Amino acid sequence: MDLMKVIKTEFMTNEALQNLISSWIPELEFNEEGSQFLNITVQPEQLHLLMSQLKTNSETNFDYLFCLSGVDWGKELGVVYHLESTTHRHIIVVKVKTEDRENPTLDTVSDLWKTADFHEREVFDFFGIIFNNHPNLKRLFLTEDWDGFPLRKDYVDEINMVIK
Amino acid sequence: METTTVNNNFKSEEYFINMGPQHPATHGVLRLLLTIDGEIIKKVEPDLGYIHRSIEKMCERDSYQQIVHLTDRMDYLSSHINNEAVCLTVENALEIEVPERVKVIRTIIGELTRLASHQLWWGVMGMDVGALTTYFYGFRDRELINDIFEETCGARLTMNYNIPGGLMYDIHPNFVKRVKDFIAHFRTKLPEYDRLLTGNVIFQKRMRGVGILSKEDAISFGASGPVGRGSGFSCDVRKHHAYSALDKVTFKEALRTEGDSLARYEVRIQEMWESMSIIEQLIDTIPEGDYKVATKAVIKLPKGEFYQKVETARGELGVYVVSTGTKNPYRLKFRSPGFSNLSLLNHIAVGGKIGDLVASMATLDIVVPDIDR
Repeated sequence: MDLMKVIKTEFMTNEALQNLISSWIPELEFNEEGSQFLNITVQPEQLHLLMSQLKTNSETNFDYLFCLSGVDWGKELGVVYHLESTTHRHIIVVKVKTEDRENPTLDTVSDLWKTADFHEREVFDFFGIIFNNHPNLKRLFLTEDWDGFPLRKDYVDEINMVIK
Repeated sequence: METTTVNNNFKSEEYFINMGPQHPATHGVLRLLLTIDGEIIKKVEPDLGYIHRSIEKMCERDSYQQIVHLTDRMDYLSSHINNEAVCLTVENALEIEVPERVKVIRTIIGELTRLASHQLWWGVMGMDVGALTTYFYGFRDRELINDIFEETCGARLTMNYNIPGGLMYDIHPNFVKRVKDFIAHFRTKLPEYDRLLTGNVIFQKRMRGVGILSKEDAISFGASGPVGRGSGFSCDVRKHHAYSALDKVTFKEALRTEGDSLARYEVRIQEMWESMSIIEQLIDTIPEGDYKVATKAVIKLPKGEFYQKVETARGELGVYVVSTGTKNPYRLKFRSPGFSNLSLLNHIAVGGKIGDLVASMATLDIVVPDIDR
């Protein structure tokens, strides 16, 4: 019975998560609309600080980065991180966006989660987002001399793409 | 080239060697760039993309019904479960409640898929470490499951049986009997697997203590499925985020703490027993009712973001959909289990020999189209 209590208090509701996280960094944007998880939007400068807090803080303990996706929102490019805690079992989504399409640069999180190494290389390959301090940032699927970044919305390849 | 002096007399030198893209032990077109010193591996760098089809880009122009058919070209050994993942995403987004009959059939078919996948894995796993007979045993039993699939949906590999809203057709009248016959048959055959391979001294020496992955690293590398569970990482999506009829059955999550190749092997063997038990709990109680609910011909998901995870034979498959309310997804990402599992290959292979790399890789159970989506 005591054990059940401990597990229950360890799991944090979205509201509790929001209260705790906004006490670390005040300027974050929280959103629960149109998603089953709590979404946080963070500025690129504060990304690494937030992510290392999320991972190392014992109350949040987001140790499992189960999905890292690049997204082209049209005007902005960015990355969406899906995080889960293997001990507390709560889930959170972190989004970071940059408006610089010529030279989009974000900090790597591969020093926090080893899985980010490959996932960030995939995002670099398909979206052209450069990750600062990444140990081995080069194309993963495409050849080194490939022109452009195929998963961007403005990518054109008249020969290989079938447009409907 | 780095040169180091050993014993003052002999020099050892590091050099590159290519493994693949046509190597039989890579199970597909995967190229590994090995940096080796003698036979000791210093670095393994996977070179991907030989069969990349950019399924995620194709999804952005396809309708949701069409996307289902692309998913069984990813991990073709878990095709039913991949199809189910997209169907569940669409159904949850549209708040469609599928009939109980559909849920139960989906779970039975999913577990049959897992069994078939593990049987094939066991066959080629043995072959990778030099035991040819396993291949024939594995394929002999997998054939029976494929026959059931063929009778049910007409296909043996790329099923396309799940559709948003339910199933393409109802089950065949023979389905229940054939599944029961298969389980009765395989309950007598699975112990043969252990007798042939598991207890073999040579096999044990190739497996035990090789390719060790700690629990912390398993979580950090995003390992899932039997790879994560072999290291004691409780990551079974069927337990933690149950879907379809999985909340109605009881089964044990196969966990080992050793984290070596043998642990990953044992997890899959135990999973085969558990899958048979799940099927037996459901097969006699398939509810009556419709096999699908009607959906609109053109499916439009509401504006928003949707995430669904399922447990394929290889681990956690995630479907992340960003929708702007149109008939196509704005962005669709597949978080494939093979991709994360492959990323830890370097970590577990460094310091070992090339032969050990082959054995460790076999226990990761890589399917290359799952990585090259």
